[in-house]
Amino acid sequence: MAPAILSQVLRQLPKIVDENLLVGLETSDDAAVYRLSDELAVIQTVDFFTPVVDDPYIFGQVAAANALSDIYAMGGRPLLALNIACFPGCLSPDVLREILTGGADKVKEAGAIIAGGHTVQDDEPKYGLAVTGLVHPDEIISNAGARPGDALVLTKPLGTGIIATAVKAELAPPESRTAAVTTMCALNREAAAVMRAAGATACTDITGFGLLGHAAEMAEAGGVSFTMYQHAIPLLPGALELAAMGMIPGGAYSNREHLSERVSFAGSIAAAGRMLLYDPQTSGGLLIALPPEQGMRLVKQLAEKGLAAALIGTVTGRQPWLIRVEE
Amino acid sequence: MTVVEIDCRGLACPQPVLKAKKALDEISAGKVTVIVDNTTSRENVTMFAQNAGHRVEAIGKDGNYILTITKGETSVAPQAGVTAPGDVPAAAPGNTVETVRPAGREGNRPLVYLFSSNLFGQGAPDLGTTLLKSLFTTLVEMEPPPDTLIFLNSGVFLACAGSPVLEQLRVLAGRNTEMLVCGTCLNYYKLQEKLQAGRVSNMLEINERLTGAGRLVPIA
Repeated sequence: MAPAILSQVLRQLPKIVDENLLVGLETSDDAAVYRLSDELAVIQTVDFFTPVVDDPYIFGQVAAANALSDIYAMGGRPLLALNIACFPGCLSPDVLREILTGGADKVKEAGAIIAGGHTVQDDEPKYGLAVTGLVHPDEIISNAGARPGDALVLTKPLGTGIIATAVKAELAPPESRTAAVTTMCALNREAAAVMRAAGATACTDITGFGLLGHAAEMAEAGGVSFTMYQHAIPLLPGALELAAMGMIPGGAYSNREHLSERVSFAGSIAAAGRMLLYDPQTSGGLLIALPPEQGMRLVKQLAEKGLAAALIGTVTGRQPWLIRVEE
Repeated sequence: MTVVEIDCRGLACPQPVLKAKKALDEISAGKVTVIVDNTTSRENVTMFAQNAGHRVEAIGKDGNYILTITKGETSVAPQAGVTAPGDVPAAAPGNTVETVRPAGREGNRPLVYLFSSNLFGQGAPDLGTTLLKSLFTTLVEMEPPPDTLIFLNSGVFLACAGSPVLEQLRVLAGRNTEMLVCGTCLNYYKLQEKLQAGRVSNMLEINERLTGAGRLVPIA
């Protein structure tokens, strides 16, 4: 839902204080982290949504990759998952089976297991997972640790929301569709493993609030500002052209409305290019802050694994804006 | 002149864009009026039409927006991905008329203000400050806003703590005005820790902006 409304609702809930709750609601992080012992903390997250692609098997994979991503963004490893599915009585059970098979295959690829689940009858199909992961309490990578001077790396290209809108309009070129499906199905596992080894200071995964929304949460939580370079931000093929054709989902405009006062753009950046940075992502990449000397190495290591990661900016002390986007 | 009206109320995106596109494709010149009932459709139809090189005017009333797209009357070449139509302000309740800002400043010639003093004009210092504040009151309301402000010599005080125009700089930053602050000058006046707006720059970049300006306005 729209970030402005969500944050307003969450503000009214009672604040939870527990010395073992290492990451809770306050910093708008990706998942909750609870310390079990000095050596072990449990990471808990849940995410589910309506189909973003027509093929039910692919939808299952995308939903699972998306739910698992929150565990990776915290620096953890997934252990168990539970399915959550809403399904209409009028659709063939084969479709549900395909969705769940896609999810199971993706969870297996992540090295975790599906231990059960829950289904509800509903007019529109929805699928996702609650995932439990593990992390050493000293190795948690929250979204709050970015320091001035750090480099910013993004591990997947942007534009899944815009391409999904163009698919509905039957205007998306086949190469855009294929690239979007490939990136949405891809686990953030490799990116997370390399990030842990590189000494990342902060991380978040890019989903519904878009690159700028999640980056703003990260800058806010860390008491810093980010400078990003538009030309360096990886985009899916065709995404910029489709944005310029008005194929922009409503969520991108909600994200912009929520953020516009805290984001500053160089005047020369076109409106379509700006909207891509607000585009809600499904199963997006990780945004990683890390010491600058590690930044290029991380990008190179990920490139060797076939991931199109890129250095997209730097962390600075707090400015009048949370994020400045230069050409 | 051909005038086509399409009512897209009740339609979700991307349908209004597709209907507008089809209507525009079918006429060689003329106007297409599109009625939409949500801001996403308003923004997307505007984005599409402007990037296709058409002129767009919007009228908003009671959550409905009437977009008038004029085909074949613009001299601006379509340049998807290069134009900067800016953020279309939300139509206020009641009957407001807004002309959506054309793609960027005419001919893409940047407007640059050079502040080489923390006062405007030579004379009484307090008058110089008053005039400067008054100038900034005007700058924040400019449409479109200036592209770049450059602060050097004692002008850097304007971007630092204690400046009388910080609030205006914040507004301009929100409107995407670029602000370059001379690093040598900050060092000279020992203001490195006091910078509140803009970003530290060097003479190479400042010279680029000065020579690349379409219009350069020196304030001293």
